[in-house]
Amino acid sequence: MIPLLTDGVPRRGLKLLAAFSVALLAAPLVASDYLLTVLILVLYFAYVGQAWNIMMGFAGQLSLGHALYVGLGAYAAAALYVHFGVGPWLGLWVAMASAAAAGATIGFLAFRFGVGGVYFAILTIAFAEFARIGFDHWSWLGGSAGLFLPVANYGGNDILTLRGSPTMFYYVMLAMTASAFVLCHVLLRSRIGYYWLAIRESADAAQALGIDIFRCKMVAVVVSAAMTSLGGVLFAFYYNNLFPEQVFHISRSIELILGPIIGGIGTLVGPIVGAFLLTTLAETLSEIMRAVGIDLPGIKQVFYGFCLLGVVMFLPDGVWPPLGRWLGLGREEGDRGSGEGKR
Amino acid sequence: MTALLEVDGISKSFSGLRALENVSFRVPEGSIIGLIGPNGAGKTTCFNVIAGVSRADAGEVRLAGARIDGWRPDQVCRAGIGRTFQLVKPFAGLSVMENVLVGALNACSSVRAAKARAGDIIEQLGLAEKRGAVAAALTLPERKRLEVARALATGPRLLMLDEVMAGLRPTETDHMVALFRTLNANLGLTILLIEHVMRAVMALSSGLIVLNHGQVIAAGPPAEVTGDPAVLECYLGEEAL
Ligand SMILES: Nc1ncnc2c1ncn2[C@@H]1O[C@H](COP(=O)(O)OP(=O)(O)OP(=O)(O)O)[C@@H](O)[C@H]1O
Ligand SMILES: [Mg+2]
Repeated sequence: MIPLLTDGVPRRGLKLLAAFSVALLAAPLVASDYLLTVLILVLYFAYVGQAWNIMMGFAGQLSLGHALYVGLGAYAAAALYVHFGVGPWLGLWVAMASAAAAGATIGFLAFRFGVGGVYFAILTIAFAEFARIGFDHWSWLGGSAGLFLPVANYGGNDILTLRGSPTMFYYVMLAMTASAFVLCHVLLRSRIGYYWLAIRESADAAQALGIDIFRCKMVAVVVSAAMTSLGGVLFAFYYNNLFPEQVFHISRSIELILGPIIGGIGTLVGPIVGAFLLTTLAETLSEIMRAVGIDLPGIKQVFYGFCLLGVVMFLPDGVWPPLGRWLGLGREEGDRGSGEGKR
Repeated sequence: MTALLEVDGISKSFSGLRALENVSFRVPEGSIIGLIGPNGAGKTTCFNVIAGVSRADAGEVRLAGARIDGWRPDQVCRAGIGRTFQLVKPFAGLSVMENVLVGALNACSSVRAAKARAGDIIEQLGLAEKRGAVAAALTLPERKRLEVARALATGPRLLMLDEVMAGLRPTETDHMVALFRTLNANLGLTILLIEHVMRAVMALSSGLIVLNHGQVIAAGPPAEVTGDPAVLECYLGEEAL
């Protein structure tokens, strides 16, 4: 197991990773409450970004509707808890199954009938929008008035029902993000990982080499959707309230993909680096605005826009590939690699 | 000799344009057959029909006696046909090693075994120095070799090569010719090649098939076919006369 995980990773990379892990593990000991909430947000975006990256970064299928899977996961687990008292550790299986089923439906419709590229992206948006409107009218789930989880009177941290302090959520989120990272690392070095990269680079050539591209793309959507839904489960139990207008909104889908785009699509570290950069910078910006007493609604979105513009113009591969090279780490497997003489 | 590949009366039209018309030929097991003809004769279309990229309007394709027409390209590959693309389609963002590895996965049950296989084939194709380079950084002749390496890595019984020697220097062509000879002799690999470089075709082929305007106008031993007046007129004319 260990050699499988560390094979081919430069020593320097392992050391950096170890140092980074220790810092993350120790963070709640020193971080203020506010900083901790920011870090939870960072980890959340790193996690869902990693999940989205499987589809876009590995298999080359652009989804602009990943809020659908977040929302399905959140609502499935929350509804089971609110209506039947079923805890999140059981609920998450239903969450994953619902999201996987939705992903499989979209994937089947698109890949069976040759819907690709922009049209595929539009289809993913359409499904997220259907869900938003549908859940808005689904009174059993609170409809547009929202679904609320009971928050009162918990004594201490209860990991079984995910009722507890931000510190508990921080560690759960950290475990999830770390698992997603390891899972993606393993996937990328497995048969299916190579198949995804091949499909991303040239579907025709991949097919000529014996790859069943329909099946591989289906696996990518289903895995990505199921993973994303777990982010939704945590989202529901952390925020304790769900509104279709918010969870399924397209801006949520966009927010979720900014991390991997800015960090580096198709890389393992990119979604994490991107989530760190974006979330901390955006929060810092809001803090500064608050401190000087300026209230500009939408400033975060404008900021995201500028970040995106900057990356597209100056770092088309994202922040991580050049950063990784600067840190003395070679080309990562699956890295899109822009060509010029890289070995 | 039994036929490994049998093409039986295939026709294919593209919105009125008849690219293939009742084309039939056989490729015996263990042979190297050249498919030649002028530009636009339908050679690549013929490959695409065999490989499952396009569906023929009529006719049958059989591999070792079993029908494969109507199959998807990946199924055709798994059945034992490896093909290269005339317009090379490398996995541009992946390294040479990763490119060939993807092909080798078709022949191996584990990633580890596929890596070893890919390494050997990269060596054979003379790409060892480039194994870590991304495919986008290769020169055109190198990309042609990568195309061959990938197809070969899938472990085919029949290798279909679409103008892999176009644009190569004479020494590089000789190297490729020697490689295909070795593969044919040592592994019994059957090869069907489309090629305009007559030097290579004549050096390799035990039989030739000539296509013109989507029809087979001659087929048989190279010496016979190249002496055929119809072939001389439509294809070899300028060079031979
Ligand atoms: N997908 C397609 N759609 C429409 N027409 C096509 C298509 N593919 C091929 N053709 C036409 O079919 C004819 C045969 O083309 P093909 O590519 O098979 O020729 P070829 O013998 O491989 O030529 P070359 O030596 O130039 O590669 C040409 O007239 C070409 O324009
Ligand atoms: Mg051609």
